[in-house]
Amino acid sequence: MSELAAHGAHPPGFAHQFETVGQQREAGRLGMWVFLVTEILFFGGMFASYTIYRALHYESFVTGSHLLEVKFGATNTYVLICSSLTMALAIRSAQTGKRKGQIIFWLILTMIFGALFLGLKLRFEWYRDYVDGIVPGINWAYNGPHAPGVQMFMCFYFFMTRLHALHMVAGLGVLTVLVIMTARNKFSPEYYAPLEISGLYWHFVDIVWIFLFALLYLIGGRYPGS
Amino acid sequence: MMIGFIESGLNSVRGAAAMFPLQPPAASSIAEGVDKLYLALTGITLFFSVLIFSIIFYFMVKYRRRSDDEIAAETHTSMVLELGWTIIPSLICVVLFVWSSTLYVRNSRPPAASTEIFVIGKQWMWHLQHSEGPREINELHVPVGVPVKLTMTSQDVIHDFYIPAFRVKKDVLPGRYSSVWFQATETGTYHLFCAQYCGTNHSEMIGWVYVMTPTDYAAWLAGGEKTESLAEQGQRLFIQFDCGSCHVAGGGGRGPSLAGLYGKPEKLASGETRVVDESLIRQAILVPNSVHMPSYQEIMPTYQGQIDEEQILQLIAYVKSLGSEERNGK
Amino acid sequence: MSTAQAVPAESSVNYLNANYGIKSWLLTFDHKRIGLLYLASITLMFFVGGVPAVLMRLHLIEPQGALFEPETYNKLFSTHGIIMVFFFLVPSIPATLGNFLIPLMIGARDVAFPKLNLMSWYLFIIGASFALYATLSGGVDTGWTFYPPYSSSYSQTHVVAVALGVFIAGFSSILTGLNFIVTIHKMRAPGLTWFRLPLFIWAMYATSLIFVLGTPVIAVTLLLLGAERILHVGIFDPAVGGDPLLFQHLFWFYSHPAVYIMILPGMGVVSELVTAFSRKKIFGYSFVAFSSLSIAVISFVVWGHHMFVTGQSVYAGLVFSVLSFLVAIPSAIKVFNWTATLYRGSISYEAPMLYALGFIGLFTIGGLTGLFLASLATDVHLNGTYFIVAHFHYVMVGGAVMAYLGGIHYWWPKITGRLYPDLWARIAAAIIFIGFNLTFFPQFILGYLGMPRRYAVYPAEFQVLNVMSSAGASILGIGYLIPLIYLTWSMRYGPIAGPNPWKAKGLEWTIPSPPPTENFTEIPIVTEEAYNYPVAELRKYSNTPGVARV
Repeated sequence: MSELAAHGAHPPGFAHQFETVGQQREAGRLGMWVFLVTEILFFGGMFASYTIYRALHYESFVTGSHLLEVKFGATNTYVLICSSLTMALAIRSAQTGKRKGQIIFWLILTMIFGALFLGLKLRFEWYRDYVDGIVPGINWAYNGPHAPGVQMFMCFYFFMTRLHALHMVAGLGVLTVLVIMTARNKFSPEYYAPLEISGLYWHFVDIVWIFLFALLYLIGGRYPGS
Repeated sequence: MMIGFIESGLNSVRGAAAMFPLQPPAASSIAEGVDKLYLALTGITLFFSVLIFSIIFYFMVKYRRRSDDEIAAETHTSMVLELGWTIIPSLICVVLFVWSSTLYVRNSRPPAASTEIFVIGKQWMWHLQHSEGPREINELHVPVGVPVKLTMTSQDVIHDFYIPAFRVKKDVLPGRYSSVWFQATETGTYHLFCAQYCGTNHSEMIGWVYVMTPTDYAAWLAGGEKTESLAEQGQRLFIQFDCGSCHVAGGGGRGPSLAGLYGKPEKLASGETRVVDESLIRQAILVPNSVHMPSYQEIMPTYQGQIDEEQILQLIAYVKSLGSEERNGK
Repeated sequence: MSTAQAVPAESSVNYLNANYGIKSWLLTFDHKRIGLLYLASITLMFFVGGVPAVLMRLHLIEPQGALFEPETYNKLFSTHGIIMVFFFLVPSIPATLGNFLIPLMIGARDVAFPKLNLMSWYLFIIGASFALYATLSGGVDTGWTFYPPYSSSYSQTHVVAVALGVFIAGFSSILTGLNFIVTIHKMRAPGLTWFRLPLFIWAMYATSLIFVLGTPVIAVTLLLLGAERILHVGIFDPAVGGDPLLFQHLFWFYSHPAVYIMILPGMGVVSELVTAFSRKKIFGYSFVAFSSLSIAVISFVVWGHHMFVTGQSVYAGLVFSVLSFLVAIPSAIKVFNWTATLYRGSISYEAPMLYALGFIGLFTIGGLTGLFLASLATDVHLNGTYFIVAHFHYVMVGGAVMAYLGGIHYWWPKITGRLYPDLWARIAAAIIFIGFNLTFFPQFILGYLGMPRRYAVYPAEFQVLNVMSSAGASILGIGYLIPLIYLTWSMRYGPIAGPNPWKAKGLEWTIPSPPPTENFTEIPIVTEEAYNYPVAELRKYSNTPGVARV
């Protein structure tokens, strides 16, 4: 077992509570996975409540779901999947020792997709919902059938998508930090752990969206024959 | 002199026991059963507590450290002991579970011919409504030896209806009915408490239960102000809100006839089959579209805000009186 | 054993004097200093939560209430519960002793994520600040359980501020749990396999699993409650199709495992104390270790026993009842194993051991009274009464708080480098034990007699037992003040402790007291099992001093 090694023997970013770089990398990965498990439980509480109410008030929830426009949800799903691809490519670039410019390119592209997602949601979904008066608690003017149940559905729609959007915003913040770190030459094929674990987080946020899209937008069938 | 000492000692213990009861009066058909289980649980708790305390105390004395550098003696893990003190507590738990669950399941089903009384809890009082008509606030008169079923709802927050002497308790929730039953076995006066924190005057939402002989109870029902029965009050409401214009008595109206409807399973438009009980009728009055029947149009308006919980109970009593499988009342 | 360290009489440079100044404390990444930051904050929260309790017991001396209007009384019991549960009990042992000791016990230099550790403390402080602000500006009156519709639509108090405080403090727990899980998995010294770990580490690991899996659910539940309250939307409002019982399910899905968050670390501490003060290895190591894990796992599927009288189906009741009986078994196994550890030991009675023995006795009673509540037929009668109050105080105060105090006393020499006066410590332990039983035992009887909990006024026939309980509470309060005095005194005037005043086994006792900032100058290599105390062979008699009698 080595004594405390001279500083030069460790790459930048090495944290001294660890004994080896390998230990640090493994700890970082395990830490992120544990964090994602907590996020699953966090969203899970809402998913569970949503599922229970959907079972109890199915017709109202279908009516509510039909107030959402699948085309925007689907576009956003596509946008996020692309962003996961660009994120993976950013990590791959670091892994294979590409120039920092290339890493930054993919990171910025990921951020653009993320921002596009948020922009689409804000402008074409939430703003329109507000104008149409189907935002519970803020502007509720719905007069159609099953009003109480539809309000419940819209509550869950907004809570869940806004919680998700908050996680996206946090992800954009993380990506900004990563861009700066890359620009400062912090990463190399030996050390790209922050990129890797941030990538895990980003993919997780993407997966949550896919579940949200399926559960919120696609229930009840919308097409003739279904 | 010693004998005198012992005698006066025993007398004070008796006096103390009378002054310091360890359980409330056992005044219902299930109370003794619950008390026996409680006694067994207390016995087990005492046994294991004394066992652990004494073994610890014994070891504390016998193995106390006698010199500063003394060391312990070798002992080996014993699979027998480990299995023993895993299996024996497990067996005790199984016995307790079976015993308590049997009692609980048996106590959960009210006997068929119960006297029905309706309870509305609201901050911070209990409204009790007998089917025959009399109303009470924070007081409940019941006959001894007869099963009584309480159907309860809350007008605001969650309350809990608790009669310690009967060993019964049930949460009273807004927006739905819950029920509890008991059969009183001793005449007397007993506490009634709210046992779910419900706001400022939670501790004043208390009252009394008066268990009377059947003769006294009949006299109490008949005495006092002459009131209509619950079903009669419901009939007045039925006419007042013109329900009969759709719910035509002989059938053929825009809504189903209500005669004989109570207690029957009905298939709803959503596909599920539900028995027409208090909850369904309440839902039909407040959120009609959630329980509408397939062969009729969804045109019943909601009466939320126009009919309160007490009036709903009256209407329910009226619907029941139009013929049902379980006709209750004296 | 690890390489022996040459230790000066009083550590020259240690984590306490390595840096001075408030910034070096408030911006520290050292797990030991963070543990002390938590110790100070949690001690404060204990007394903040304790004052309402004293006031409540004084008020309840008279059936019509001696001191307060019902409104004030309701705020007192709510504050007491919220502060004690979320801001004292949940963090107590994990954040103070766990933070301080886990790296030391596993031979590491720090936890896996020291910056995250500091952030956890700040989140705790921010959350506590919100809760304190709400308390000082009028309090809440919903009870610590926040049941709607009362909390969402009827209460006129600062529900959102307190819920926010609890929400933020929840993230403190989650990050602490995450930190501990990664630290225990990845940073054990060479040779320190899982089954050589001290049982305190097993207990902290099991606790961290609950932190990580349970706390997010209450976070989202409080979020929903806050949204309902602020936006007036009806998630739990029956009038619009919501279900107040959904809140209860979500709430107890966390809050039941939470009580195991409170007790498991205490059990870990007791394992350490019992072995150290009988100078023997634990009886049934793997049974105790696996019991900790089983308790953590089973704790997630018993929450419905808080809802037996809500009208949930009989089948649900049966399922939750049988599982609740099941969760008692691992705890029983532990109690028996601790008792067996004493057999043929060499037992001494310093204060930590008194606390440990007190724990075993009181936890046995508290745990067994849990069976009354797992048992459906009796729970119907006892739910919502003082029996419940007595039960949970036996396990949380007679159990968890006593274990906490025992641990603080045991590791105090390691943390501060000083010894405290043991005579005073034993006196305080005895006062606490007596005061505690006098306070809470009468409440079992009150419960069966039918006195409901959260009552500001009560029928006169319950007065004698209430007065007994209040008398006990005053004794208990005095008992808690005494350690505050002599422990503070010892930091300056106590005798120097040296690295291992208890002659105990464990990596933390091989380094100086107080430890240097980097903990170990050389990471130890572990070659022996935990609690590897020297033993005398049976039946061997020798004139040599230091050999056990048989």
